[in-house]
Order: sequence, then structure tokens, then C-alpha cells
Amino acid sequence: MQHIIVFNMSQKLVSKIPQGPIAAKWTRHKEEIRTVSPANKRKLEVIVVGGGLGGASAAAALAELGYNVKIFCISDSPRRAHSVAAQGGINAAKNYANDNDSVYRLFCDTIKGGDHRSREANVYRLAEVSNLIIDQCVAQGVPLARDYGGLLENRSFGGTQVSRTFFAKGQTGQQLLLGAYAALNRQIAKGNIRSYPRHEMLDLVMIGGEAKGIITRNLITGALERHGAHAVVVATGGYGNVYFLSTNAMNCNGSAIWQCYKKGAFFGNPCFTQIHPTCIPVHGDQQSKLTLMSESLRNDGRIWVPKKKEDVENLRNHLIKPSQIPEEARDYFLERRYPAYGNLVPRDVASRAGKERCDAGFGVNRAGKAVFLDFASAISRLGGQVIEERYGNLFHMYEKITGVNPYREPMMIYPAIHYTMGGLWVDYNLMTTIPGLYAIGEANFSDHGGNRLGASALMQGLADGYFILPYTIGDYLASKIQEPPTDVRDAAFEEAEQAVRMRINQLFEIKGAHPADYFHRELGKLMWAYVGMARNHEGLNKATTEIAALKREFWNNLCLSGVPNEFNQELEKALRLADFFEMGALMALDALDRNESCGGHFREEMQTPDGETLRDDLGYMYVSAWEYKGENSVPQLHKEDLWFEFVPVAARNYKD
Amino acid sequence: MNFTLKVWRQKDAKDTGGFEAYPIADISEGTSFLEMLDILNERLVREGHPLGPIAFDHDCREGICGACSLYIDGRTHGPDREITTCQLYMRHFKNGATITVEPWRSRVFPVIKDLVVDRQALDSVLQAGGFVSVNTGGVPDANAIPIPKRDADESLDASSCIGCGACVAGCKNSSAMLFVAARVSALATLPQGRLERAERAKAMVAKMDELGFGACSDIGTCQMECPKQVSIAHISRLNREFLLAKLRD
Ligand SMILES: Cc1cc2nc3c(=O)[nH]c(=O)nc-3n(C[C@H](O)[C@H](O)[C@H](O)COP(=O)(O)OP(=O)(O)OC[C@H]3O[C@@H](n4cnc5c(N)ncnc54)[C@H](O)[C@@H]3O)c2cc1C
Ligand code: FES
Repeated sequence: MQHIIVFNMSQKLVSKIPQGPIAAKWTRHKEEIRTVSPANKRKLEVIVVGGGLGGASAAAALAELGYNVKIFCISDSPRRAHSVAAQGGINAAKNYANDNDSVYRLFCDTIKGGDHRSREANVYRLAEVSNLIIDQCVAQGVPLARDYGGLLENRSFGGTQVSRTFFAKGQTGQQLLLGAYAALNRQIAKGNIRSYPRHEMLDLVMIGGEAKGIITRNLITGALERHGAHAVVVATGGYGNVYFLSTNAMNCNGSAIWQCYKKGAFFGNPCFTQIHPTCIPVHGDQQSKLTLMSESLRNDGRIWVPKKKEDVENLRNHLIKPSQIPEEARDYFLERRYPAYGNLVPRDVASRAGKERCDAGFGVNRAGKAVFLDFASAISRLGGQVIEERYGNLFHMYEKITGVNPYREPMMIYPAIHYTMGGLWVDYNLMTTIPGLYAIGEANFSDHGGNRLGASALMQGLADGYFILPYTIGDYLASKIQEPPTDVRDAAFEEAEQAVRMRINQLFEIKGAHPADYFHRELGKLMWAYVGMARNHEGLNKATTEIAALKREFWNNLCLSGVPNEFNQELEKALRLADFFEMGALMALDALDRNESCGGHFREEMQTPDGETLRDDLGYMYVSAWEYKGENSVPQLHKEDLWFEFVPVAARNYKD
Repeated sequence: MNFTLKVWRQKDAKDTGGFEAYPIADISEGTSFLEMLDILNERLVREGHPLGPIAFDHDCREGICGACSLYIDGRTHGPDREITTCQLYMRHFKNGATITVEPWRSRVFPVIKDLVVDRQALDSVLQAGGFVSVNTGGVPDANAIPIPKRDADESLDASSCIGCGACVAGCKNSSAMLFVAARVSALATLPQGRLERAERAKAMVAKMDELGFGACSDIGTCQMECPKQVSIAHISRLNREFLLAKLRD
């Protein structure tokens, strides 16, 4: 085993990883951190921003413990958070399938899947609490899939050779979220949580260097409001919408974490984004978002393109149907290139392989940007009914969107932006570099390194919310038991509210020619072209200049309708977009700094002769954590060095 | 494709509101209904239309979050079946058609602006009892209690409800029976939810009445309007649960 011993280079990044053997770290840490008595918990207030799996589970768990909780979300009900759209499943190391799974194996798979760019201690803890999540959800009445004996069923996801994914048809996220939302509702009914739907966080308020509250905009009235607490938890999801077209919901945004960044929280690995291989291809320029076809489909679906260009031409011109192409004329390129994992290679690997075939001229739709995902052999092996039972709603959704029946002809798919591994940098306690500010769920950078394995985001969100944060936040709040409730008349609130008001007024004063969506679409094109699936030095420099120019154009030529104090969706979009420009720029900067290929970050300069990612472990085995240095200054890079004591550092190999 | 959209415009809750007509051209068949509204909105913003862009609720745009709503030509979620408005594509309309677009019409869903309504009453009903009273941690192993596949599947079927409110909006009585029944049924079919089934049914029905949702007159429009096809069989279960609970009192 290769030991690379290094120390944190930055004084400001203290990861607080406990000493000791990997399997004992979390237990020991829990023993060592402070707790708060029930009587004192009643005196402490916690703000949770976001009602997805991360936020809802954290709010419910904290309220059950006795804290006073306020929860905020953009939609009219927390049940609509984008976690609801997760289709495929949630991982846990239960080993119910008796296929030699274990906490250790889930840990190893996740480290390897993340291409050795995540913290071992965090990932081990994630695997360790994974089983508790399944128990919890079942106890809440979440109807996970069962087999005929009444026991829980599992399927496989990419990057693993075991079946450890729990699911509820193609509605896993919805069902898990309904569980967390029900737990939340129970606490709301008891008066332990106050819920603020249709409220958007627009700034973080700090007093004496600590997070003490937030400024929100009431999305119905447009009023700015102040909310104080002893600690703030952001669980606002991912920022994939920086690309305009993605599988994220329309309201997903990065603004809450961006405001935290601008108040001093470091931003971890901003350039690590995940491209999902199986999305419905772009159909035209009127499109507003992309739809995912769950990774679980790769259990039974086989991915291919024709071997012959002539077949490709005929397909593009609708002269033949895919089912008419004989077996021997098909190139099942994942099975060919990665015999050991076949169609179940990790997402980044599958995405690049698909793009490679399309770039080589084998794309099967008019635009040349699609490959097939074919169920014919599974249907003949298992029967249509079994396939219907497994994926019925996904097939239904596909047919509604494309007008093609996937029981008869293969689906067409293409990679799309799906998930952001980057996010606010947090220590082992999930606290950011701002004391009292926590980040959980997709909003933090923590566990997935350069690439997240399928079915691991739901696991992470619920691990953070149910089983990690409720413990670790006590360590901080224990020092606050003497502190009175935060006074929102404090000058810091006044200042933050004024700043938000100014930002809003500034947008209205532009009075230009183009609505927010116009600029967003343009930003998306830049991001996808230069900071997307394949990146290089020249393109990233170009992205930096062009994003800056577009941002200037936005601030000079935005056309905004209405007034600040009303229900105004254009204003909501413009505020989020203003932050996306800045995030896009940071992503390009980070991608430029990381002169290696790893996970979803593919630098064209760094690849093996057969087109696989080429890491540079000596140069880049670190988490990049960026510190905001003001409007017109370059942010400062801090490096948290990573070391691997347990999973040997090796190149990923899904071939044998 | 070209259309004329007759859209309900209402400045805020107090405004009386009314229809406005907007012609729209060059829409491709594969464009979704909401994407068409996006295109129209971009135009209204550019033109500086006095009423501004049309406000409407939406988020996931894949039929699962339940945010989108709309009566389209008098039907909840439009003319196609088993879908939400965000999954409606323009190929379902005739070129040149005039399409009427309104917000959910129901006394329990007051209009906030244009096509956006307030559906918080649905959350309140669930807060009255739509949960299993377990805290986090200290629960048994997930496989400790086997659950017949049939029951788990039935629970999932009931639990497919996305909380969009189409059942209420499509019902002439504004009844939330299908919505409540779906939750009661989802939990009553599982051993974990069975312990509190009587209290749950009573509390949720009482809350529904208190909030002004109407009575159920068994016509079954709710099932037809439901984009997830949640079955009215769940209403029979709710009635049974409710009666049993009352008998026990
Ligand atoms: C289509 C799709 C399918 C997926 N499938 C899977 C899967 O099968 N398995 C898996 O493990 N993962 C999957 N993922 C990933 C996973 O669903 C997400 O990473 C995860 O659910 C994120 O949860 P979250 O709680 O962090 O954020 P979210 O669920 O996105 O919730 C964010 C919350 O924050 C609120 N919010 C945001 N900004 C603000 C603000 N400024 N002020 C107030 N509130 C705010 C939102 O309203 C929302 O309530 C999928 C993702 C997508 C997009
Ligand atoms: S926008 Fe989510 S269901 Fe329509």
C-alpha cells in the first residue's frame, strides 16, 4: 500500500478528522464531542434553509431533539424540493443480497468512484450510517420495493459489483422525501418547527464572525425579512443550473451557498460536476430543461450504436428502425471497452464513452448526439411484465416526452449535467469555515470527490440530516447555551438587508433589452462548451473572458418587469442568474487550476492513449477550497491535502 | 405551430382578474406547454407589457414535484391524460387552436397571482396526521417485519400522489377525499402505519372539514383528473377506516 503522508497546507482549513482506525473514528468522535441538555435545547434556535432530503431530515431530527427550528424553502411546500425527482434508488451496505457487501466495500467503492478525491473518514462514516437510513425510512412507512417473501429488494447501480440499491419503482426520491416531509409535518404540528414556504434566502447574517441569521424575501409579497438563530444550516441543493439545461428543477440555484461564500465560507471543488449518461437528448432550442432516465435502467438496458456509418445515416433519415439492425452490426461499446463492469461503469466513464462514439460520427439522431439504450434482450429474457414492474413509470415518461414506445424500440439517450459534487467546504462536523454555519446534502462538497456514484446522493443527504448533523451541531451549540436569542435589530441585520435591497434595486435600474432567460441560455452554452464534459486550457481561458463579458452585458442590458414588492418570478430568476455568472467564473478558474483529469473533470490534455482519465496524484491530490476576496479580486485557493490510508491510491479500472 | 392563448390575468389576491388573449407563433410540436408559456413570457417582458409576464407555478418539469397546475381548456393539467401540465406537449393541440388557460378554481385554493394559487391547505391536512409517530433513531432493522409485496405495492400506489391538488380543483365540491385517502391508505396498508390508523383517519378528515374542503359525492372525477391515476378505491378504505375509528369511540 502506498502511503502519502502530507499535512494540511492551509492554516484556515481544519478538517477535524478524528484520529484512530477508520472504523472507530465516528464512534470515538461522537464520544468526544459535547452535547446539550434537553432544557437548554429548548432555548436554542436553528435555521434550516431548504426542505429537500437534507433539510427536511435535519429539521425533523433537530426538532425531535428539542431545538427550535425554522425551515425555509422556495416552493409552496417542502414536499416539492428537487429530491422528489430522484428516480433510481438509495444505497446501503445491508448485504441483504448476500453478495459479500459490507460497510467497508461501500466505502471502497465510493472512494474509488470519486477517483480518490474525497476524504476517507467522511466516506467511511457515510457508509457506516447508510444502514440506519433504510431502517428509519421503513419505520416511517416508506414503501420500498419488496420481493414475494416480504423482504426488501435490491438492484445494482454503476461503479459496483454488488446489489445494494434500495428503491421504490422509479420514485425513490419522492418516497424518501415524503417520509422526511411527514417527519417534518409531525414536528410542525407539535409547534417545534415553524415552516416558511415561498421564502428565499438572499443573504447570510454574521455577528462577531459567527452565523446568526438570514435575510429572506417573501416570494408572495416581495417583503424582505430578518430571521435570527444560534446556528444556520444550508441545505439548498446543487448548482447544476449554471448550465441552463440540466436535469435539475427550474428553481434549483446556487444563490444561498454563493452568499455564504461571499460572507467568508470557502467553496470546495467548484469544478466537479457530474454529467449523467442517460438523459433524453436535447430536442431543439425552445427547450427549458433536460429529463433524466434513471441509471437503474442500465441494470437491464444495453447501450449501443451501429458499427456501420451507413446504418447511422439510415437511422438519421428515418429509413430504418433501430430494431432492424442485426446483432452483429451493433457496437455495445461499454461492454466492449469495460468487460468487467459493462453497462454499469460509473457515470463519468459511460458519459465520455457515449460522447466519444457521437464525436466519431456514430450518433443516432438527426443532431448526431444520441446513443441507444436497448431493452430488447431483457424483455425477451424476463418478459415485458417484469420490465414494466421495474421501470413502468420511466417508460411511460419517456413515451410522453418523445412519442416513442421503449418496449418496442430502444430509447435514445445523451449525457447531460446532473449533479454538483462541489459545494461549500465543510469539516468533519459539516461546519463551513464560518462558525455556526453548516452545509448538508448536495450543497456541501463532502463525500463524492471527483464523481458521485449513483444512489449515493440520497444516502448522503439523509445521512447528513438524520444521523450526522444532529450530533455534530450539539458540539457547537453547547457553547451557546448562555446566549439569548439573536436580536434581528442588530446593525448586522440592518446592513445585510440594505445590501439585498440595493442589489434588487440595481437590477431594476438597468432597464435594458433582454430578459433573464436570454442571458441564462447564453451562459449555459458557454459553460457546456468550455466547462462541460471536456475541458482544456485554452477553452477555460476563453470561458473566463466570455463569462465576464456576458456578465457585464447582463448588468447593462437586463430587462426586468414589475416592481420589487410583489410576486415577481422574473426578479427571482435575475437574482439567481447574477450569482450564476460568478459561480461559472469560479468553476472555470478551479477547472483551470486542476491540470489533471479525475472523475467528472476531464482535461483533454490529461488522458491515457485509450482516452481514459489521467490523474496527477502528486500534483493534485487535494480539495481546492476557494476564499472570496472581494468583487474585483481573484479568489484565493487553499488546499486541503488528501491522504489515503485504507484504499490504496490506484488508477480506476473498470476493465477487469 | 400557431395558437391563441386566452389567459387569466389577476394582479394579486384582491384583484378581480379577467382573460387576456395572446397570439403566439412558431411553436414546434416537441415544445412543452410550459415552454410555450416561457416563450410568451420572454416576449411580454421584452415588450414591457403592462401586466408583465404570466405568473405560474412549476419546478421539476417532469411530472413529479406537483408544482405545476392550470386548467387548460377547462381540464386540470390539460387534455392529455395521466400527466401533469409540465408533461403536456404541443403536438396534442391542433394548429391554430385557441387555448384557454386558468388557475385552479376552488374556494380552498385562493389565487395569489395570475395562474398561481395557494395550496397550503393541503400541507395543513397532512400536518394533522399524515405521518407515523417515530423519532429518528432507535428503530428496528428494516427487514425485521416482512411486508407482503402486495401491501407494499398498494402503499406505493397510494403514495404516488404528488400533492398537486388536481383532485380538489377538478371536483365540483372541492373535496380533498382522494388526497386524504391516498395518505391514509398508504400508511394503513403497512404494519408501521397501522398502529395509529384510527386517529390518523379521524384527525385528517376533521382537518379537511375545518379548512372548508367539501364533501365527497362519489362521482369519481378526482381519479380521472389525477395525473398519477391514484385510485378511488382508496376512498373506500378511508371510509372504512373512518367508520371503524368512529365505532371505537
Ligand atoms: C432527476 C434527478 C434524479 C436523481 N436521482 C437520484 C437517485 O436515484 N439516487 C440518488 O442518490 N440521487 C439522485 N439524484 C441526486 C439527488 O436527488 C440530489 O442530490 C439530492 O436529492 C439533493 O438533496 P438536497 O436536500 O441537498 O437538495 P434539494 O432536494 O434540491 O433541496 C433543496 C431545497 O432548498 C430550497 N432552496 C434552494 N435555494 C434556496 C434559497 N435560496 N432559499 C430558500 N430555500 C432554498 C429548495 O426550495 C429545496 O427545498 C437525482 C437528481 C436528479 C436531478
Ligand atoms: S413542474 Fe413538477 S410536476 Fe409539473
